[in-house]
Amino acid sequence: MRVNVTVNGEARQADDVWEGESLLYLLRERLGLPGSKNACEQGECGSCTVYLDGTPVCACLVAAGQAEGREVRTVEGLADGDRLDPVQQSFVDAGAVQCGFCTPGLVVAAHDLLNRVPNPSDEEIREALAGNLCRCTGYEKILDAVRAAAK
Amino acid sequence: MEFLRPANLAEALAAKAEHPDAVPLAGGTDVMVELNFDHRRPDALLDLTRVAELAGWTVEDGVVRLGAGVSYTRLITELGEQLPALAMASRTVGSPQIRNRGTVGGNLGAASPAGDTHPVLLATGARVEVASTRGTRMIDADDFYVGVKKHSLAPDELIVAVHLPVATAPQQFAKVGTRNAMVIAVCSFAVALDPEHRRAGAAIGSAAPTPRRAAEAEEFLAAELPWDAPAPLRDSVKRRFGELVASAAAPIDDVRGTAEYRRHALAVLARRTLGWAWQDYLGSERTCA
Ligand SMILES: Cc1cc2nc3c(=O)[nH]c(=O)nc-3n(C[C@H](O)[C@H](O)[C@H](O)COP(=O)(O)OP(=O)(O)OC[C@H]3O[C@@H](n4cnc5c(N)ncnc54)[C@H](O)[C@@H]3O)c2cc1C
Ligand code: FES
Ligand code: FES
Repeated sequence: MRVNVTVNGEARQADDVWEGESLLYLLRERLGLPGSKNACEQGECGSCTVYLDGTPVCACLVAAGQAEGREVRTVEGLADGDRLDPVQQSFVDAGAVQCGFCTPGLVVAAHDLLNRVPNPSDEEIREALAGNLCRCTGYEKILDAVRAAAK
Repeated sequence: MEFLRPANLAEALAAKAEHPDAVPLAGGTDVMVELNFDHRRPDALLDLTRVAELAGWTVEDGVVRLGAGVSYTRLITELGEQLPALAMASRTVGSPQIRNRGTVGGNLGAASPAGDTHPVLLATGARVEVASTRGTRMIDADDFYVGVKKHSLAPDELIVAVHLPVATAPQQFAKVGTRNAMVIAVCSFAVALDPEHRRAGAAIGSAAPTPRRAAEAEEFLAAELPWDAPAPLRDSVKRRFGELVASAAAPIDDVRGTAEYRRHALAVLARRTLGWAWQDYLGSERTCA
């Protein structure tokens, strides 16, 4: 089937999409946007988190066909040209990126949190990031990054 | 595989009548996992996310009609007052990303014994509105669950909404998991006080082949709760209630916990949540008086 979707502000089209395929597969393999990572394909790790019509979701759990006519914003769409979004910059500055696999999903989740709650408490940060797993950083640097981005 | 994309409820019901094997797709948080892992290869997917009739809620005559496609996130932010226990249960589901997509309709469709909303639906006496091109019918939550991951829908039917009474008194939901976030319940429990009818609903999850009411425990409460002369509950009442709740369970040993642990934990959850709910009830009675 054909899927039309706006991705990072641009109208995109993909043909021969398999009906059971996920939005994550569509983004990575058909539209050439490898920012969202594929780690578990079962909603557990959050590394595929993207905005769908402004709401953070696991792209691996959205059927590609469900994104027809909708708007997707991926981690690639957060930066303004070469200028990183403050959340992205603060992950770099805080050393919250090691292997980087979890980073795109965490950045989107943190970006959404700070949009909704400009000055989150540690509790709120932990709750907002509960669906994102990192196997490298031990989370402390990630918490630092989100706290710094909130300032 | 086909991908069916009905634009409204009439189209959705017609599609389901024509393709009874089509798998309805709401938030996809259960369905997509099965597809990603090749556990399911349906002939067709029936996307319900464009069906506006499923995406809203209304309140009329003290009853909330909750569209099957309302996400947990919306339920928590919009219906916390009217449906406190369902909102509590929704807060324990998965992560923000899962709650942004997952729905009560999908929880019912999956009918997992561990689904977090089920004990609340049972304890509050909810009814499930289902429809097909043949018409609409209401199924009591009690009759909805018929086996492990089995419900009582006909192949051409879709869940349209859930009807729950607006809470008139405190309700509680509690869940035991192996950690705080992102876990499926080892066991769960809901209690809902209903002073008007002098009864209290109580139901368990993840502790029997289906979610189920704890009928004896409910009868015990109906007789023991001092509705007319509200006073703190005696420990013996809370303890006995816990025992009766635990005895309603028929749990199994699995990776998440032993049957014995589940029974024990249910008794504790029941005792505590009843204590909290009754305490709140006393508080509200006093401020009213
Ligand atoms: C990481 C993760 C964590 C989770 N944590 C929890 C948790 O803590 N607690 C919990 O209870 N669940 C949990 N779940 C399971 C899931 O999120 C819930 O069961 C959710 O309510 C499913 O809703 P959905 O809209 O995504 O359903 P879908 O996946 O779209 O559908 C689920 C089932 O219902 C059927 N269905 C959907 N809508 C209808 C309808 N209108 N009429 C008829 N059939 C329908 C589908 O065909 C399918 O069989 C988790 C899932 C994941 C991936
Ligand atoms: S790949 Fe989607 S949550 Fe892990
Ligand atoms: S930085 Fe490696 S998984 Fe998080």
